[in-house]
Amino acid sequence: MLDFSRPTALPEALALLAEHRPLILAGGTDLFPATERAGLSGRVLSIDRIAGLCGITETDAGLRIGAATPWAEIARHPGPPGWAALAEAAVEVGGRQIQSRGTIGGNLCNASPAADGVPPLLALEAEVELASAQATRRLPLAEFLTGPRRTALQPGELMTAIHLPADALRDRSRFLKLGARSHLVISIAMVAVRVRVGAGRIAEAALAVGACGPVAARLPEVEAALIGASPAEAPDRIDPATVAAALAPLDDIRATAAYRGDAAAVLLRRALADLPDEGTT
Amino acid sequence: MKDAAAPSLAFTLNGQPVSFDADPRRRLSDLLRESGASRGTKVGCDAGDCGACTVLVDGAPVCACLTACGQVEGAEVLTVEGLAEAGRLSRLQSAFLRHGAAQCGICTPGMLVAASALLADVPRPSEAQAQAALGGVLCRCTGYRKIIAAVCDAWREDVADPAPEPGAAVGARLRRLDGPDKVTGAERFGADDWPESALLLKAVRSPHPHARFRFGDLAEFASRPGVAVVLTAADVPGRNRFGVIPPFADQPALAESPARFRGEAVALVGFEPGADPDLTGFPISWEALPDLSDPVAAQAEDAPLLHHDRPGNRMIRGYTRRGDARAALADSAFSVEGCFETPFIEHAYIEPEAGSAWLDGDTLVIRACTQAPVMDRDDCALVLGLPPERVRILPTGVGGGFGSKLDLSVQPLLGLAVLKTGRPVRMVYSRRESLQASTKRHPSRITARIGCDAEGHVTAMQFHGIFDTGAYASWGPTVANRVPVHASGPYRTPNIEVEAWAVHTNGPVAGAFRGFGVPQAAIAQELLYDRLADAAGLDRLEFRLRNAFRDGDTTGSGQVLAATGIHDCLSALREPWTKALADAARANAADGGAALRGVGVASCWYGCGNTALPNPSTIRVGLTAAGELVLHQGATDIGQGANTVITQICADALGLPVSDFRRIGPDTARTPDAGKTSASRQTYVTGRAAAAAGAALRREVLRLANAGDGARLRLEDGALIVEDGAVRRIELAALPEDARGYALSAEESYDPPTQPLDADGQGVPYAVYGYGAQMVELEVDPALGKVRLLNIVAAHDLGRAINPLLAEGQIEGGIAQGIGLAMMEEYRPGRTENLHDYLIPTIGDVPPVRSILIEKPDPEGPFGARGLGEHVLIPTAPAILNAIRHASGAELTRLPALPHRVLAALRRAGK
Ligand SMILES: Cc1cc2nc3c(=O)[nH]c(=O)nc-3n(C[C@H](O)[C@H](O)[C@H](O)COP(=O)(O)OP(=O)(O)OC[C@H]3O[C@@H](n4cnc5c(N)ncnc54)[C@H](O)[C@@H]3O)c2cc1C
Ligand code: FES
Ligand code: FES
Repeated sequence: MLDFSRPTALPEALALLAEHRPLILAGGTDLFPATERAGLSGRVLSIDRIAGLCGITETDAGLRIGAATPWAEIARHPGPPGWAALAEAAVEVGGRQIQSRGTIGGNLCNASPAADGVPPLLALEAEVELASAQATRRLPLAEFLTGPRRTALQPGELMTAIHLPADALRDRSRFLKLGARSHLVISIAMVAVRVRVGAGRIAEAALAVGACGPVAARLPEVEAALIGASPAEAPDRIDPATVAAALAPLDDIRATAAYRGDAAAVLLRRALADLPDEGTT
Repeated sequence: MKDAAAPSLAFTLNGQPVSFDADPRRRLSDLLRESGASRGTKVGCDAGDCGACTVLVDGAPVCACLTACGQVEGAEVLTVEGLAEAGRLSRLQSAFLRHGAAQCGICTPGMLVAASALLADVPRPSEAQAQAALGGVLCRCTGYRKIIAAVCDAWREDVADPAPEPGAAVGARLRRLDGPDKVTGAERFGADDWPESALLLKAVRSPHPHARFRFGDLAEFASRPGVAVVLTAADVPGRNRFGVIPPFADQPALAESPARFRGEAVALVGFEPGADPDLTGFPISWEALPDLSDPVAAQAEDAPLLHHDRPGNRMIRGYTRRGDARAALADSAFSVEGCFETPFIEHAYIEPEAGSAWLDGDTLVIRACTQAPVMDRDDCALVLGLPPERVRILPTGVGGGFGSKLDLSVQPLLGLAVLKTGRPVRMVYSRRESLQASTKRHPSRITARIGCDAEGHVTAMQFHGIFDTGAYASWGPTVANRVPVHASGPYRTPNIEVEAWAVHTNGPVAGAFRGFGVPQAAIAQELLYDRLADAAGLDRLEFRLRNAFRDGDTTGSGQVLAATGIHDCLSALREPWTKALADAARANAADGGAALRGVGVASCWYGCGNTALPNPSTIRVGLTAAGELVLHQGATDIGQGANTVITQICADALGLPVSDFRRIGPDTARTPDAGKTSASRQTYVTGRAAAAAGAALRREVLRLANAGDGARLRLEDGALIVEDGAVRRIELAALPEDARGYALSAEESYDPPTQPLDADGQGVPYAVYGYGAQMVELEVDPALGKVRLLNIVAAHDLGRAINPLLAEGQIEGGIAQGIGLAMMEEYRPGRTENLHDYLIPTIGDVPPVRSILIEKPDPEGPFGARGLGEHVLIPTAPAILNAIRHASGAELTRLPALPHRVLAALRRAGK
């Protein structure tokens, strides 16, 4: 293999991956900041040209997002109500320059606890598709993310797509991010919510919080408390103590752990209070 | 990274097909810059954080520093050089000049390129659209407001403003004279030019705040392929100690063991052109030593000394005493007391330190970004053991300085490597190096008490400040001396006692940063003023007006003031203040507590020029035999506008139009010393020299023409036409060449008249002061502690606005830095050594700013002008903190006011 390959077909990429274990380069927005050198080292496989890895397509089961789809494309895509949270996250990932190149797959594979793509995808019950020269498998996102900067990706595997189920995409959703300045900011905390309403009552709720623990997480207990509430009652059903108990935030230069717990509850309330009107009722 | 045997890479650059033999894994920014294809593309961080490297790839804005060049194969790449068409500036570029949207210009290429992508989609964008499009590009100079205005106004055809009549340049909203190169990408900054065969220098730096070190086999490392030379302290030929204040010079160019702060350079490696500058395996072993990080603990008796001749690690004490503060406080109707803490603040100019150097015959030429060329020359000469005449400093464009580029950075290292190898060299700090090794704003711990009588007249102040000056002296003495003079704020304080200590720690070197400690002191004083006004039951603005200096008042230094503008500034805020208070009350009543709205005010005063020390400037102006008018302008323009303002002043003093001038310099070989660009002195001090030089040349012309004072001058085909009723023609070619090589010329100096301070800090520390007051409206989110700024009104007395466009730019830019100081900035060695952990305001963080320019002429200033550059930053942070308190009751005593701190303060206040 050359030091740099930029195949256009997936099998070719998977073969290179199987044989040489090169560094996978998508948008480079996490890889380049990690080095002070003038370029990347070792063998590099650029996946930005592979057919089927970029773009958003409808499937029988919902939506498929190619893993190398940049955030700018996700932000532009006119999706159903459940898509809103992801699109809102897309315009908050860095600035336009980052969104033009940074990809959703890179965000997930980099597995930062502060990755803005994770909470909306957790709330949407996303599955990731991982392919190797031998096989293709699918995993729920929560199982893919195994720790801070750790994933279930095996050597020789490439993330090829993210799948979003149609049911979840019909629900109402919202994403909110909190940082110490208005642009280009690593989240102090961020939340995504998705709510299914039937006959005026919440029938299903998905709440996910990021930057408040080693990996972003769903909050099943808090979700359960929402079932049966009217959308208007939902914000008040968020119990800060239950939220805090479900998180494991750290003190760092951006905020204290205690603050993060409080902030997550506030953001969840606001996201619920500010859900768009449309969606299944 | 080596490009040897690299596959060929082809793409379209600014419409032209190009191809390179380049490693496809290399950053596109590196390829564009190193190959010379686009040096208008800037690098401020190599990490996606600053956006200076923004280029368009197939129409989409990307960071060239995060793009592998192999990923643009076959693509269309557009850089700043591609914006102008057929040599004509685009409307966007013209709009940047028209609105004063480029100051230093280092962010300008990225801003322009990012904006051009927006404008291709949305020709007449809204403010919100412009902010969203430019959120990824940082600017440290402008405060962004003029950038937004320019982008929103870029649809308009540019119409050149009428040139001011001769004699009417002062006061005109002239576009920057050095602006065009900044918008085309032609301006050359420190990293943009180097001799072909230059070695690339890299410093080996201490990973510890305090550590002993020992070198291993340096010769072996030096013999590695690609390594040309390895240098250490042992190679420094002169005095291995530099410092901006000669009696305190203590900082080595390369440290001898131990290293005293994290990031201190201990060795220097020169790499051959094209070699991978890889320091892995450099033979050095470290032994970490206990470090002092707390300036209080550093004064303990058993604390180790950073410098053996500075007992208690105390470098210097500044002191002012007048009246009996203690007794007066005891007798005061009301008194308040508080402790305030601020952290290290980074200048975060977008241009990291950079330069190149070579030998020109016997002369060592150092071309670097700097604020102080003559000081650089003299200090480099000492370190390198050369007479000053053998060192020539050629300042490059400076991509922001704000005080830190007064100190040496790359200069002595470049010089050393040239002397040792005889070869040209270059050096560019990485963002991490720049953050680690450059100076910082002094962290402060201030305890202060202020009292007033029953009517709200301030009676007394006691102030004790500890300023962490880090490992070396730098400008610590200046901070310690400036703070006592200014601690009262621009208010009558008949009894005052101020003590300010500069104390060493193993922190980064704290030096000059816009305001030399005065912004920190103003936070303490202005926050206490709000509490005192409340205690006295007075409106906070009225309380300040009641105490504001008037002509004839005496300062804490015993100086009797004239031409004081603070009352005018505060009065100008009365109307917006009343309205803002009413708006806040209405909003708070209507909103039911979702957001708490508040208003805050604070003032500043600031002495222009050195504190009770000489700081002369000299300006030369000449007419050549061919009829060219040449200004030797040695004041470095770091974006603040000296090139334009000094020319305007000289033009009016001489009576010829600005457009006739050609500027030379700065260049220590060709421009007389105009001093350093600091202390808000250039408009005033160099301006006075420029006025004097212009006037002297005019006198000479009038004498030759035997014309009266009111005569009009004009240059025409190599002749000078003098009209006063009669028309006289001076053939310049016919005049003998004078000693300076001109047909006619003048050179004049000016030094501010000051008097030394005595042991109680009494004297005349400055000849000119500038004044200002700012008002901030904001909202506090009571659940999250997040603060949203809504509006800022800034009234500044600048005596005479030589160029109102540039003055507004200074105000907006200073305010943005004040916002950062108040709300987000904190430098922590090892923790915030990049621009995503060290946060500075982005385009969405600066609210609309209304500038009110007060022109109360100063009898000492040129055309009445005072300095402005530092003043503008001082009131912002305290005004914000006062507004937060007004909105929510939250009293913040430790900066920055991050959301979690605001929320904690809110809870302490019981909200
Ligand atoms: C200035 C700046 C601001 C940023 N702001 C934010 C922000 O606000 N929120 C946020 O969440 N992130 C932010 N980021 C981080 C980054 O932009 C995102 O995480 C982005 O989505 C990463 O995608 P990429 O394609 O650039 O990843 P790359 O850098 O190309 O890759 C990242 C990692 O994932 C691996 N990888 C990439 N694609 C695949 C794949 N398909 N299969 C297997 N492995 C793969 C790579 O090998 C690498 O280890 C910011 C980055 C910068 C520089
Ligand atoms: S240099 Fe590329 S973003 Fe700063
Ligand atoms: S003008 Fe923007 S950084 Fe200087």
